[in-house]
Amino acid sequence: MLIDFFCKVREYKVPCTLRELLDLIRALQQHVVFANIDDFYSLSRTILVKDESHFDKFDRAFADYFKGVASLDLDLSNIPEEWLKKNFEKLLTDEEKENIKALGGFDKLMETLAERMKEQEKRHEGGNKWIGTGGTSPFGANGYNPEGVRIGQQQSNHRRAVKVWDKRQFKNLDNQVEIGTRNIKIALRKLRQFARTGASEELDLDDTITATAQNAGYLDIKMKPERHNAIKVLMFFDVGGSMDDHIRVCEQLFSAVHTEFKHLEFFYFHNCVYEKVWRDNGRRHSEGIDLNQVLHTYSRDYKVIFIGDATMGPYEITYPGGSVEHWNEEAGSVWMQRILDHFDKCIWLNPQAGSHWSYYASIHIMQQIVKQKMYPLTIDGLTSGIKALL
Amino acid sequence: MDFFNSTENYIASKDLQLAVNAAITLERPLLIKGEPGTGKTMLAEELAASLGTELIPWHIKSTTKAQQGLYEYDAVSRLRDSQLGDEKVNDISNYIIKGKLWHAFTAEQRPVLLIDEIDKADIEFPNDLLLELDKMEFFVYETQEKVVAKQRPIIIITSNNEKELPDAFLRRCFFHYIRFPEAEEMKAIVDVHFPNIKQKLLDEALALFFDLREIPGLKKKPSTSELIDWLKLLLAEDISLEVLHETRQKKVIPPLHGALLKNEQDVHLFEKLAFMQRAGR
Repeated sequence: MLIDFFCKVREYKVPCTLRELLDLIRALQQHVVFANIDDFYSLSRTILVKDESHFDKFDRAFADYFKGVASLDLDLSNIPEEWLKKNFEKLLTDEEKENIKALGGFDKLMETLAERMKEQEKRHEGGNKWIGTGGTSPFGANGYNPEGVRIGQQQSNHRRAVKVWDKRQFKNLDNQVEIGTRNIKIALRKLRQFARTGASEELDLDDTITATAQNAGYLDIKMKPERHNAIKVLMFFDVGGSMDDHIRVCEQLFSAVHTEFKHLEFFYFHNCVYEKVWRDNGRRHSEGIDLNQVLHTYSRDYKVIFIGDATMGPYEITYPGGSVEHWNEEAGSVWMQRILDHFDKCIWLNPQAGSHWSYYASIHIMQQIVKQKMYPLTIDGLTSGIKALL
Repeated sequence: MDFFNSTENYIASKDLQLAVNAAITLERPLLIKGEPGTGKTMLAEELAASLGTELIPWHIKSTTKAQQGLYEYDAVSRLRDSQLGDEKVNDISNYIIKGKLWHAFTAEQRPVLLIDEIDKADIEFPNDLLLELDKMEFFVYETQEKVVAKQRPIIIITSNNEKELPDAFLRRCFFHYIRFPEAEEMKAIVDVHFPNIKQKLLDEALALFFDLREIPGLKKKPSTSELIDWLKLLLAEDISLEVLHETRQKKVIPPLHGALLKNEQDVHLFEKLAFMQRAGR
């Protein structure tokens, strides 16, 4: 029972286990819901999904599994025929109306539909007689027959309202989606957690007194982690060209949390890091800062985050003079390596979709330089990136 | 079996009712998430009221330990009593202070236990409660006593998502995410709180409110509870419909905005946007 459905949900990468499936079956057994697909949707979501970031995946799985099945709930006897006819005719051109007569007029069409619905017991796709999706029978969704009756097709609102799982309201909460203004809040939360970790300890007076009392009066000192932010971050942004939109989002993201970090500094570069970086992008040609100076100013416990698409000519990384803007004495990879050698923890966040990385040689090179610590700029990527920084 | 519906004071969406009823029937804790101010805590209060049973709230702070929910051994007073030669000291059970879970387990009628803002606690907190929530029993080491629940309490857990909860804990809960209500639902909610509010005024105020929520980049978007506070103020100050209407037309900052925008930067941002819009015309 429901095994196929459960497998479908797991196929869409919603993390749920056998335990939840058993719960769902138990709930059905106890008649929490009965014979109502909307209720079943709410119930199964309540039981199977444990985080709003998985809601969208679940919605898609649900829609996939129940596509076609749901349309069979249609109960013809409950729909006033007059109303149906009126709406139905609105959809048709005169030419199509003529075609309806091919099947013996509207009444005949509805009659045949009712008959076939009785005959048909299972969900059906393709074919030319049964009700289902994608076929050439006059009944069903997405068909080619102009005299077709649409059943349960997303666009046909006059027969069936769009189901909740088709609306995909929770799309923005999905953690695979690229970070933008819409899911910036979730990303902020991740960063706050990041900012609060790694603090030292202080004396816990209450606990010490209790422990000492329990210890028959002998002093027993207890410590607790200090609630204090100790994380220091340096950020390097790739600016110019396609990156600008992403960079703006990232700047907003990190400036929103800058008070939570002990130190947070921004620097800019173009495509690849060379001997100079900038603090103010408007004056990049006049006021560059020597990267050496950066390396000397900030101690090795600063966490370094690069944000860039790493999409460029490979020579821009590997050859002296490869930069598109100026003559660089030393190759970008040399400077990257200096940064990596100086700081303990570095990651690279890449706004390019992870699936495209393998098509760019430069991304591949950069990945090797940062020792595979390149992450996509999604909530998930940010989470694993932060993990790698700690 | 009692079932939960919207009450006089609380509008529950159909999804939410179903989730609550499933949790009651299957005796599982229900984890509730959602934007701050969408009525997570209030749900537990209303649920207890509508079932006519006791609400046992347990508000979690960053220093709360799971053990405190079970019981605490007050060693300090026992030490003091022993110094003073008090008779009480011989019976250790005098110094066992019952926690919220213990109360919930031993209540006469099946109570509603609210574990509020579980994400505020230490990361280990939910893990420490796994067995207790699963088996509904725990062991008191000091008195060698086993506390078993008379009946499984209805447990509502709220979270603001500041920390992620461990998988093992999530597996034991049902989960519901309270979506921000749409304009229609919002009207129903306001009706419950202010039955006599003028329809026109309400429409105008709601339109203003949803406009405000649309502004990109607000640090804290106003939510249901802020709207209700703001309406309360509007009514108290007797702000007229025309003023609200004009506010919306001219895009100036709404009257009594302090109830809606809780952040200096947000107010500033709104003023800036309003100015730009007027200048653009």
